[in-house]
Amino acid sequence: MLPASFDYHRATSVADALGMLGSLGDEAKILAGGHSLIPALKLRLSKPAHLIDLNAIPELRSITRQNGHIVVGAMATHTAVQTSDIVRSAVPFIADLAGSIGDASVRNRGTIGGVIAHADPRADYPAALLAADATVVLTSKSGSRNVKADDFFVDMFTTALAEGELVTEIHFPALAKGTGASYQKFSHPASRYAIVGCAARVTVEGGVCKNVRVAFTGLTEKAFRDNGVESALEGKPANEATIQAAALLAAKSIEVTGDSFADEAYRRHIATVQARKALLAAVAAATK
Amino acid sequence: MSTVVGKPIRRVEDKRFITGQGRYTDDIKLHGMTYAVIIRSPYAHARIKSIDASAALKIKGVVAVFTGKDIEADGMGGIPTGWQVNLINGETMREPKHPILCTDKVRHVGDGVAVVIAEDLAIAEDAAELVQVNYEPLPAVAQVRDALAANAPKVHDELPDNLAFDWNIGDKEKTDAAFATAHHVTTLEFYNQRLVPNAIEPRSAIGHYEEGRDFYTLYTSTQNPHLIRLLMSAFVLQLPEHKVRVVGSDVGGGFGSKIFHYAEEALVTWASKKIKRPIKWTAARSESFVTDAHGRDHQTTVSMAFDKDGKILGLRGHTIAGMGAYLSTFAPAVPTYLHGTLLQGLYTTPAIYYKVDAVFTHTTAVDAYRGAGRPEATYLLERLMDTAAREMKIDPAELRFKNFIPPFDGVTQPGYQTQVALQYDSGNYAPTLHKALEIIDYKNFRKRQEEARKNGKFIGIGFSTFVEACGIAPSAVVGSLGARAGLYESAIVRVQPTGKVSVYTGSHSHGQGHETTFAQIVADSFGIPMEDVEIVHGDTEQIPFGMGTYGSRSLAVGGSAIMKSIDKIKEKGAKIAAHLLEANEADLVFAEGKWTVKGTDKSIPFQQVALTAYVPHNYPAGLEPGLDFSSFYDPLNFTFPFGAHIAEVEVEAETGEVKVTRYVSVDDVGTIINPMIVEGQLHGGIAQGIGQALYEGAFYDESGQLLQGTYMDYTMPRADNLPMFEHSTTVTPCPHNPLGAKGAGEAGTIASTPTIVNAIVDALSHLGVSNLEMPCTPARVWSAIQTAKGN
Ligand SMILES: Cc1cc2nc3c(=O)[nH]c(=O)nc-3n(C[C@H](O)[C@H](O)[C@H](O)COP(=O)(O)OP(=O)(O)OC[C@H]3O[C@@H](n4cnc5c(N)ncnc54)[C@H](O)[C@@H]3O)c2cc1C
Repeated sequence: MLPASFDYHRATSVADALGMLGSLGDEAKILAGGHSLIPALKLRLSKPAHLIDLNAIPELRSITRQNGHIVVGAMATHTAVQTSDIVRSAVPFIADLAGSIGDASVRNRGTIGGVIAHADPRADYPAALLAADATVVLTSKSGSRNVKADDFFVDMFTTALAEGELVTEIHFPALAKGTGASYQKFSHPASRYAIVGCAARVTVEGGVCKNVRVAFTGLTEKAFRDNGVESALEGKPANEATIQAAALLAAKSIEVTGDSFADEAYRRHIATVQARKALLAAVAAATK
Repeated sequence: MSTVVGKPIRRVEDKRFITGQGRYTDDIKLHGMTYAVIIRSPYAHARIKSIDASAALKIKGVVAVFTGKDIEADGMGGIPTGWQVNLINGETMREPKHPILCTDKVRHVGDGVAVVIAEDLAIAEDAAELVQVNYEPLPAVAQVRDALAANAPKVHDELPDNLAFDWNIGDKEKTDAAFATAHHVTTLEFYNQRLVPNAIEPRSAIGHYEEGRDFYTLYTSTQNPHLIRLLMSAFVLQLPEHKVRVVGSDVGGGFGSKIFHYAEEALVTWASKKIKRPIKWTAARSESFVTDAHGRDHQTTVSMAFDKDGKILGLRGHTIAGMGAYLSTFAPAVPTYLHGTLLQGLYTTPAIYYKVDAVFTHTTAVDAYRGAGRPEATYLLERLMDTAAREMKIDPAELRFKNFIPPFDGVTQPGYQTQVALQYDSGNYAPTLHKALEIIDYKNFRKRQEEARKNGKFIGIGFSTFVEACGIAPSAVVGSLGARAGLYESAIVRVQPTGKVSVYTGSHSHGQGHETTFAQIVADSFGIPMEDVEIVHGDTEQIPFGMGTYGSRSLAVGGSAIMKSIDKIKEKGAKIAAHLLEANEADLVFAEGKWTVKGTDKSIPFQQVALTAYVPHNYPAGLEPGLDFSSFYDPLNFTFPFGAHIAEVEVEAETGEVKVTRYVSVDDVGTIINPMIVEGQLHGGIAQGIGQALYEGAFYDESGQLLQGTYMDYTMPRADNLPMFEHSTTVTPCPHNPLGAKGAGEAGTIASTPTIVNAIVDALSHLGVSNLEMPCTPARVWSAIQTAKGN
């Protein structure tokens, strides 16, 4: 199937892209890796009059370390994140997550900015951004603003991204010594999207869990932080028993949507399993 | 001269496939070609109230829009069925019209209602969006188990209910009597789920009518060019057959789904004459999901009766078989003659009775899919065997050894007459199971299983021993069973003047490697290198006739037709050689590419005889020039490959995930021409059968919407889901064809599905799990564990 016809524009800088976005308005769509957008175009679920391609903007692909943060450009591909030494050394669980996305061709083209702008409820990054306490940088003609991951994911396919804005960077705080994090994914065998993904970040101080952040993807209309699990573990000894008890609270206050592959009861159960695995791995990394 | 038969020769066709030089239907571009997009129903059942194409016709580049009414106005027929199974009460099979495009009603999601033809595909797709079809949605019946309910919506208004036909086989009284004396009865109830065939190349068809010579060419992605030509010209479009050419050259997989004659083939052929230009249609993948004939769809209840020693006394059961909304080409044969006749398995079961109700539902048509009926038969038999073994506390391997039909070679001993019509050609079943048990080290398995369970790990072992029927079959037999075609095969072997050989076969290669296997046979027969042999297939203008490739019939039937022509060539060649050698024909032997006068060093090579045949200056009196023979081979019987498969699985108790850790197969496919191709066929087949057991499934919701209509939801097995296959063979030649070959295309799929499900049930049996629905997804396995724990 072929998309409806559109005009193609290749931006060569962020300013260039923002200019196009300004003049073309809501008739235009941003093209990043195309792995969510192109299928929608081909099925004619989306029929933009213009596509603005960000692939020729090198600055959006950079991955750097700045002031204790890992700054990942929106156009960094999943493969780039997976194989980045900078990412691996400071937030290794993000590199692992990137390596678990889809298949090789998805990873070679799909981008972190595309994933979070799209906000698919089954996507992996959103849960990890929440657990990592990441910040999303949104840029428009009038400048940039920083939005905490907690405030970025609004609803299914809906984010804090305003008209005329681009996602330009994602900032991950580097994991300090004594802090560990992990993302544990239970994949759909066909798409390899998450049925349930759980990201956890824990600081262990004197054998006690602190600053616990636990987030899920795949369970409901958007990725969310699970306060029930977090507070059950906060201030508790970092051992299997407390982790197991906290994990069993996963998604307790959430309405879980099931489907023919994994119904609600199963998803709820897997959430507790993935939460336990993620917390155990995070604590292990924190105490290594 | 070294021989090539029996050697793992690499496939000669792969070079062009791997380097992108295959020529598939969609690769063909004809001068003046136009492109078709078919408008398809989004509803499972609806009345078409109106179709308005006026906006579409205004788009620049749109050539035409046709609806079912236009086709009807030209008096065209519906898509016919190639097999007739009458009802038990003698009533004729109910065969409602399957229109090329619907006129009054749509009967499944994807049913075609109109076609837009344009200068290019993009224009056609744009215009298709503008065609307004006004539907009145109607209630649908999507599940086979609901189809016969009194209040079920009817798929075809003109029929009394949704029954297409019913059918039975065996001896009911004798079977009931056997059950009455049984010591133990094992009963299973399950749904053998629908599968989408998913050939990598989507279906494609190009219709090309040439007005100048009043001639039609259909290029199509088919397993079966001649049958398509016959069905389309004689039954659908009423065209003179000699004015129709069907070409299906390179085809990227079919698994059965490209055997059948599809509406799109007739549509582009008919419409091409209307617009006097070639028209190409290629399925989008989402179209393939809802229009390629699906497989399986059997709702089954079946029982097996045993005496106290575990000897099988009888088998009886009932299947409601889904046909979908229309009867596809071979659909009626699948749950009946390809399923009911296999229910003897390789056991001595003395009494069998089976009944099938074939029903219509508001779903995509169901037809033969790799194995076609035999996987369903093997699934029920082998699930019964492992279940009975557990219930009776007999070792599952032991239970099979107790019940195997004793060896028979079909030469010195007669074939084995089953209770369900077939006579097996040759079989020696126990050695395959012995060998498989040894490879998998079964004697140590139970100990390992027990230890694993102590550590909270669930491992299980599953068995499947099977016999299947290939090389379908003697024409007279299939005719008496309702086939509307013969099932022979043809071949021309043409020796060119330089001694190079062209072979024209009615078999059709769409992944099986005929260009290699057939060339091996010919090369050895004439003592010439394989490079000197070209295999041609897939074109009705070049091939005398062909019944196509399916049912693992190519080598056994198509290969045998080639052997017949080879024999004729050798016979004539000997006459020419005798003349040139001034010897007596009876004193000649043919070996290593030459005719030699016995006991002398006087000989003449094949190539010189060939040249003489075409330059007959010094030539036997009265002998025609040329060295070129055409043959038809109609087999004496089906062939009956068999084997034993054993799998080991590990079940993650917490999540229900299943990992296949070992897969051992011992197959007997008769004489092997190319072990690498046999192994490849087995690998692919096993993977496909594992796909059904663990991953694949096409399910409809109550309104008749397909729930797994894309690759985001429909799970195909992938390489990283599978273990290394441990494959080996035994050889029991087919006694009734010249090659001794039985067929290897479907055995893997037939055997592997129950092997895996049996292994999973075995892994969980200590918890009380006794049955699982397919596909055994993590959620299903987990919930079975929870249910068992709760009990
Ligand atoms: C087979 C398959 C498997 C997949 N498996 C997974 C998986 O396991 N896990 C997972 O998380 N994802 C998975 N994905 C999705 C994949 O990660 C996509 O790459 C991702 O969803 C979108 O990223 P993209 O760069 O391809 O964006 P595109 O498809 O180009 O764009 C997606 C949307 O975001 C907008 N957009 C893109 N970039 C920006 C930007 N910088 N600023 C503002 N808007 C922007 C676009 O306009 C569009 O609306 C899979 C996809 C496929 C096809």
